[in-house]
Amino acid sequence: MPKTLFDRIWDAHVVRQAEGEPALLYIDLHLIHEVTSAQAFEGLRLAGRQVRRPDLSLATMDHNVPTTPGPIEDPLAKAQLEALRSNCAEFGVPLYATGSGREGIVHVIGPELGVTQPGMTIVCGDSHTSTHGAFGALAFGIGTSEVEHVLATQTLPRSRPKSMRILYVGELPFGVTPKDVILGTIGRIGVGGAVGHVLEYAGDPIRGLSMEGRLTICNMSIEAGARAGMIAPDDTTFGYLEGRPGAPKGADWEQALDRWRELRTDDDAMFDTELVIDVAELEPQVTWGTNPGMVLPVGGVVPDPTEIEDPDERAAVERALVYMDLAPGVALRDIALDRVFIGSCTNARIEDLRAAAGVVAGKRVSPHVRAMVVPGSAVVKRQAEDEGLDRVFESAGFEWRQAGCSMCLGMNPDVLSPGERCASTSNRNFEGRQGRGGRTHLVSPVMAAAAAIAGHFVDVRDWDGVAA
Amino acid sequence: MKEFRSLTSGAAVLDRPDIDTDQIIPKQFLKRIERTGYGEFLFFDWRQDPDFELNRPGWDGARILLTGPNFGCGSSREHAAWSLQDYGFDVVIAPSFGDIFFTNSVQIGLVPVVLPQPQVKALMESARTGLEITVDLENETVGDASGRSFPLEMDPFVRHCLLNGLDSIALTLQSEAEIGAFEARTTQPVSTAAL
Repeated sequence: MPKTLFDRIWDAHVVRQAEGEPALLYIDLHLIHEVTSAQAFEGLRLAGRQVRRPDLSLATMDHNVPTTPGPIEDPLAKAQLEALRSNCAEFGVPLYATGSGREGIVHVIGPELGVTQPGMTIVCGDSHTSTHGAFGALAFGIGTSEVEHVLATQTLPRSRPKSMRILYVGELPFGVTPKDVILGTIGRIGVGGAVGHVLEYAGDPIRGLSMEGRLTICNMSIEAGARAGMIAPDDTTFGYLEGRPGAPKGADWEQALDRWRELRTDDDAMFDTELVIDVAELEPQVTWGTNPGMVLPVGGVVPDPTEIEDPDERAAVERALVYMDLAPGVALRDIALDRVFIGSCTNARIEDLRAAAGVVAGKRVSPHVRAMVVPGSAVVKRQAEDEGLDRVFESAGFEWRQAGCSMCLGMNPDVLSPGERCASTSNRNFEGRQGRGGRTHLVSPVMAAAAAIAGHFVDVRDWDGVAA
Repeated sequence: MKEFRSLTSGAAVLDRPDIDTDQIIPKQFLKRIERTGYGEFLFFDWRQDPDFELNRPGWDGARILLTGPNFGCGSSREHAAWSLQDYGFDVVIAPSFGDIFFTNSVQIGLVPVVLPQPQVKALMESARTGLEITVDLENETVGDASGRSFPLEMDPFVRHCLLNGLDSIALTLQSEAEIGAFEARTTQPVSTAAL
């Protein structure tokens, strides 16, 4: 029977399948951070259990950490980070703590360490675990009870999800980035459009993307409601992995390549749902509302709720416009900004920072905008500094920070004040996400960079000096 | 985890689609390292508005929440399910749920019930008029005090776990030999101990 990429990975990880029960799946890699793990370790202690495979677990500090130098002042954040440190020590879990040189956003460090590999099952107590699917892995977010479950058993019970393929065709236009591809996709299918499904992103436009671009797309699978998102591995994947600390070496590398090349979807495999999107029709995207599906091309105007027939949808749009303080018919390009955030597990890898730096080089941030760049990891930060990107950003008036999740979710001191409006390269524009009363517009790194200079949204395709 | 068989209670109505877990429990409460005490922070920002649905009189003590599609989308924070349960809800009824939220709820015995949207709307009307709602997991029905009744469809294994309050880790550990056999016959691709 023809198989999908997903089928191949799933079938290879079934430990046990009893009639009428979910499959018991083996987990190859468990990533851990401070926010969703403390109660899970405590559960192990209370039950007298051990971590079954600390050698398949890896922890880092990302959600709470300040992005300015110096000690942590927030006592709750400090206690949570200390709990992670002592839990990892007690249970033998490797930890890349702040200052280790390998710390960073958990979904950035997995790939850059080479521990995210094709064909693996990967979980983490974080919904953006879908990011790792860019390598042809089955990767999904879990809650704290299941974090404890994986720590104790290295497995998870799961019923088989439905499958959905999004086949991209056409040629990606100038100025349209992977962020625009995924925002445009979510705008089309909605934030619940892939609930219950594992997504496979396929087609030549996906094949043409770098690993960084693929990671951006898989990252936001959860924003369409998907359980996971994945892309079949190819030479781009293997080229990215080769030589990284966790990647196989020598003869093992050759064997791994043979295995990984088998990880694909058969031509005649069937999906529960299929969708075709012509990327040639996509434009740079800007969200105007309070979820990632409330998105339009930058040339658009804020929608008019009175034109929406469905009463629930109309009410949701009305609520969103009140929260966002936007009037129907306003051109997205006329929306003025207070803040710009370039960062997050969606868009804080080296390629994102290079693209944004290309837009701001030799220019100045608008006087009424405060803009910051938060690299995705300590490694990205060092690499960017080696390339001089920090100086490009700082001379344009951006703040250059230390690695972490930062203002994507505002658990550290980097937050919006009530009423502040932010162009953000992150993944969620939910009410209060970046700070209570803050207003978030999701965009690509180049769109955010150009908006910082102009003080309002601009169509980056018209931008003077934009990097291709 | 406690067993759930059947419940008759007043129901609170929160008729909005796509309620994300950031609304259910905002981020500032995720820094705690305890598992309890989140009820007072449920819908923290929305509850600042005196007109917010849960602030309306008449729904005090409601143990059922009726809400819109894709409830619990977004972040994986189990704190969302903890806060609903700690606040006093035992059941959430919606046309659909975010997948991670659904799983988290089942893990702690907060019963997520999926009904078609028109049925949820009908029960919302009942609840608004003060009728109690009955969720009978044992007999697989959801109804109200006026005699309205709908079939409750749930994955049989999930239902079995909720009915019996089963501990998921203890269940899995019954398969410990099979886990060991799997580890023996496959090679785990990465060791984080040797980076």
